[in-house]
Amino acid sequence: MSEPETAQIPALQTPSQTIGPFYGFALPYAGGPELVPGYHPRAIRFHGTVTDGDGEPILDALLEIWQADENGALSRELGSLDRDGFTFTGFGRCATTIAGNYTFTTLRPGAAGSAAPYILVTVFARGVTHHLFTRAYFAEDSALHATDVVLSAVPVDRRHTLICVSEGVVGGAESYRFDIRLQGENETVFLDFDA
Amino acid sequence: MSQTTPRPGLRPGTGPASQNEITAEIEAIEADAAARVAAGGSPELQPRRDYAPYRSSVLRHPTHELVRVDPEEVERFSPAFGHTDVNPLESNLTIAHTGEPIGERMTVSGRVLDGEGRPVRHQLIEVWQANAGGRYVHKRDQHPAPLDPNFTGVGRAITGDNGEYSFTTIKPGPYPWKNHINAWRPAHIHFSLFGNAFTQRLITQMYFPGDPLFALDPIYQSIADAEARARLVGQYDHSLSVPEFSLGYRWDIVLTGPKSTWMESEGADE
Repeated sequence: MSEPETAQIPALQTPSQTIGPFYGFALPYAGGPELVPGYHPRAIRFHGTVTDGDGEPILDALLEIWQADENGALSRELGSLDRDGFTFTGFGRCATTIAGNYTFTTLRPGAAGSAAPYILVTVFARGVTHHLFTRAYFAEDSALHATDVVLSAVPVDRRHTLICVSEGVVGGAESYRFDIRLQGENETVFLDFDA
Repeated sequence: MSQTTPRPGLRPGTGPASQNEITAEIEAIEADAAARVAAGGSPELQPRRDYAPYRSSVLRHPTHELVRVDPEEVERFSPAFGHTDVNPLESNLTIAHTGEPIGERMTVSGRVLDGEGRPVRHQLIEVWQANAGGRYVHKRDQHPAPLDPNFTGVGRAITGDNGEYSFTTIKPGPYPWKNHINAWRPAHIHFSLFGNAFTQRLITQMYFPGDPLFALDPIYQSIADAEARARLVGQYDHSLSVPEFSLGYRWDIVLTGPKSTWMESEGADE
């Protein structure tokens, strides 16, 4: 197997490689999972468990979320990495725990454009050679789901994997569970954006 | 700690594989990819998600095809990062401690571009790497090579007006891992990049020219097309070397797009 020395051909995309297991000292940062402080009056808990094809928790996944604010606007504010506690930037990052769990504190997004409101979720992990995109929708917005282009493109029997489970008020905040199953029964729907 | 390591040999096969077995699997997949191209298919620009020689992928790839959709407004935007988020000193990985790290001091410089060759400006790049002995500052890394008290191996930068970036660091060492018996990763630096649209998000690894471990490494080889994976190899560039100080490597990074790229309102890219 001979390797071409290098082929820096402009405009041909640089391929992805796995995040690997050892990003923990590099990518997580203080405040990463807190898009708003927990004491924000409309803070929600957005959480879940990431599991593999055997149903085992994945303890070395990194999740990123990106979302509109409550009015459906995408923030252009700086400060995602160095939060001031008051500015909503729409971006969050959270590594899973040894139980495979993640928790973000955020706001329920409003509708951006014609789509029903959702949180864009990106999954990185050892063994995941190329990150996976999915969307987390909210049952409260179900009136908009019938006309949502992406939900409509998903087979009916798999659509539920894209909708958070509403858990009501837990510990002072509305709680939404969004489990991510990389493989197997109830495998989460992952999206390929034609980009 | 058993759960923190891959479950080697879980599937296929029963126990940990030999390098020869892994290499045979790698070569069979490359031959399959080449046959598809010969039959008129497109080269594989990205790694296969289901790539059994990399054992950790076996239970961590979706079995359903991804649902192809157009990006909407959320995906056409990206978080805004700026110089208030990242201290310029963070692009020098050799000054984080009181002393100089051990190893071959080097710079890696280049540009971040979109698919039409336009610069990706003022966006975040993060890097992380092992030290010169091939050890990460990570508690799950139990490779018995020494930690370097003067090297953490983490850097961040915001790209410039032309998409340019530059990191000063030391060359990372190769290291063993548990994918199979006598498995070694070629030396690499992890890169995390944001574009102007979230669809351009990329995490990848930069390698060094001529590494003898390339053919043996199922992570590098998970990109079945030889030309595509060669895009991950930085080039030694003597004009970037600094006399009496550091060796220079150049590596340009091309994100996907630009179909979905959100442009700054004042951006006059035609």
